[in-house]
Amino acid sequence: MVVCLIACPVLTSAGNLVIKIEKGVVKPLLIGVIPFKTGDEALPFQFSKIISRNLERTGLFSSIPLKDMPQTALSRSVNFKSWTALGVENLVAGEVKRKGVEQYEVEFRLLDTYKKSTLLGYRIPFDPSNSRFVAHKATDFIYHKLLGKQGAFTSLLAYITVVKNSEKRKVYRLIVADSDGYNPRTIVKSYEPLMSPAWSHDGKQLAYVSFESKNSAIYLQNLSDGKRQLLVSGKGINSAPSFSPDGTRIAMTLSRDGNPEIYLYYLSTGQLERITRHGAIDTEPSWSPDGDTLIFTSDRGAGAQIYSYKFDGVPPKRVTYNMGTYNVRGRYSPDGRKIAVVHGGDDGYQIGVLDLKSNIYEMLTTGILDESPSFAPNGSMIIYSTMTDKGSQLAAASVDGYMQQTLEQQVGEVREPVWGPLIR
Amino acid sequence: MKYRFLRVLPVILLSVPLCSCGTSFMKKDEKIKTATVPSVVVGDSVATTAGMGSRDYQATAINDTVRAPDVESSLEEKIIYFEYDSSKIPEKFLNLVRLHASNLVSDPGISVTLEGHSDERGSREYNLALGERRAMSVRQQLVLLGVSAGQLTIVSYGEERPADDGHNDAAYGINRRVELRY
Repeated sequence: MVVCLIACPVLTSAGNLVIKIEKGVVKPLLIGVIPFKTGDEALPFQFSKIISRNLERTGLFSSIPLKDMPQTALSRSVNFKSWTALGVENLVAGEVKRKGVEQYEVEFRLLDTYKKSTLLGYRIPFDPSNSRFVAHKATDFIYHKLLGKQGAFTSLLAYITVVKNSEKRKVYRLIVADSDGYNPRTIVKSYEPLMSPAWSHDGKQLAYVSFESKNSAIYLQNLSDGKRQLLVSGKGINSAPSFSPDGTRIAMTLSRDGNPEIYLYYLSTGQLERITRHGAIDTEPSWSPDGDTLIFTSDRGAGAQIYSYKFDGVPPKRVTYNMGTYNVRGRYSPDGRKIAVVHGGDDGYQIGVLDLKSNIYEMLTTGILDESPSFAPNGSMIIYSTMTDKGSQLAAASVDGYMQQTLEQQVGEVREPVWGPLIR
Repeated sequence: MKYRFLRVLPVILLSVPLCSCGTSFMKKDEKIKTATVPSVVVGDSVATTAGMGSRDYQATAINDTVRAPDVESSLEEKIIYFEYDSSKIPEKFLNLVRLHASNLVSDPGISVTLEGHSDERGSREYNLALGERRAMSVRQQLVLLGVSAGQLTIVSYGEERPADDGHNDAAYGINRRVELRY
C-alpha cells in the first residue's frame, strides 16, 4: 500500500432567549474614502479601496461609491458642503509618494465635513511588501478616532484550505492571512487532512491537528521560522487544541482512555492532566479570557450542548438551554461576556451568540451550513465559514448582527477561520 | 477465503444478536438468551478468542432462521453506512459485520483498521468524536462475535475525508460510514 505522507512546514443555567435579528436596521455612518493621489505615475497600491472595505466590513460604515463622490481628487480645497449635502460626515484623503527604489510614503487625513477640520493625519513610510499592512494600520487609526474603540484590522487570520491539484488529489493547507483575507501565506501543506488551528496568545505560534501519520495528532509550530514540534499523538483522537490565556497550557481532546475527554497539556513539562470523566463525547474546549473557566461541547445531556468547568472539582454545568438540541463549538468573546456557538436546527446550522449575563441568545447568521465562529480580538466581529455554491468560504458578521458578508472568494474550500490576537 | 467462511458460518450465526441495537444490545431490559462461546471452530483448527479474557464473555444466541440480507454481503464489501448523528449499526449491515467477524476469527493473524467518518454537518471536532464512536460500535460488534480486540485498530477522520464531496443528502449518506481497511 502506498503511504502518502507529505506534511512539511513551509516558511513563511437559566433559559436562554432566542432572538433572530433582522439586518439593516441601523443606518451605518456614511464615509467618503477618496482615491489616494499618486502623483504622475500609477502605483499599484490600493489604500482607499482597502480602507473603505475594512470599514464597511464592520457593518458600522457605508462608504460612498466613487461614482457618487462630489470630489474624486482633493487638490487644495475640500468642498465640504458638497459632502455634507450627501450626509457624509467624514472623509479620508491621502497621497502616496515614491521616496526611493521600492520605498514609498503614504500620507492621509481624516476630515470632519461638518466641523471642517482635520481629525487626524499620519505619514507612514512603506515598501511593497507591507503596503497592505500599512493600509490596515491606517484603518485602525481611523476606526479608533471615530468610534473610540481599538480596531483589529492589523490582526491575522489562520484557516484551512482544501484544493484539488492537477492529479485531482486534495491538498490541505494551513494558511495565515491578513484580517481581510488577503496576503495568504502557507504555513503547512499536506496531502492528509489538517484541522483545528489555534493561536497562541502572543500570536507567535499555531497549534493544529494533522493526519499525516494516519491518525490525528497535535502539532505546535512557530510562525517566524516554521519550526514545529509534535505535541500529542498515539491511540485515539488527538485534537481540538486551545491555548490557555497565560500561555502555559493547551486544552485538548484525547480519547486515549477509550472515550473523548478534555485534557490539559502543560507546555513546560509535556505532562497531561485529565479534566473530564464522562462516557459521553467531551470535546472542543475553549478558555474564558481570564483563564478561570473552560467551556466544551458534550452530549452527556439532551443533544450536544456547551458545558462549563471552573477547575474546582464541581461537575461541569450546562450553559446552553432552551436553544434546541445542538449547540456546539463555543468560543468566548474577548471580554468574556458572550459565547459564540454553532446552532443546529431544522434550518441547518448557523452562528448564534449567547450573552452570559442576560442569557439572551441571538442568531447572527442565516446560512445553511455556517460553522467555526471566531471573535475578532476587539470583539466587534465574528469570522466563520459558510457554505456557498463554490463550497465552504469565509464570512464575517458584526457582533451586533447588522452585517454579514462573504470574504473575497478563494480557490477551493476554505474552512475553520480563527482570528489571531492583537499585536501591538 | 470464501470457502473457509462457509464452514464457519453456522457457528457465527449462533453468536449473533437477534436485534440490531448496535452498541446497546446488551441492555438489561432486552429478553435475549445468552450463551458462553468458548471458541470458534474453523476447519481443522480451533481458533480461540483467548488472550483478551473473552473465554467467558457473553454472546447473544439467536434462534430464528437466517434472514436474507438486505445488502449483498461479501468480504469485498468493506463499508458500513450509518444514519444521521447515529453510531448504531443499521440492521441491514449486520450480516456484513458477521462476515468480516468470521473472516477475522478464522485468521487471528489478520488485522483491520476501522476508519470512522461522518458527514460535514455540525462541528468538525464533534464529528471527529462521532466518527470514532461509529468505529467503536463496529469494533464492539466484532469483538462480541469473537474477534480479538488486538486485531482491530480504530481511527477517526470525522468529516475530513468524505467519500463524496457533495453538499447534499445523497453525499452525506455515503459519508457517514465506517470503512474496514485490511
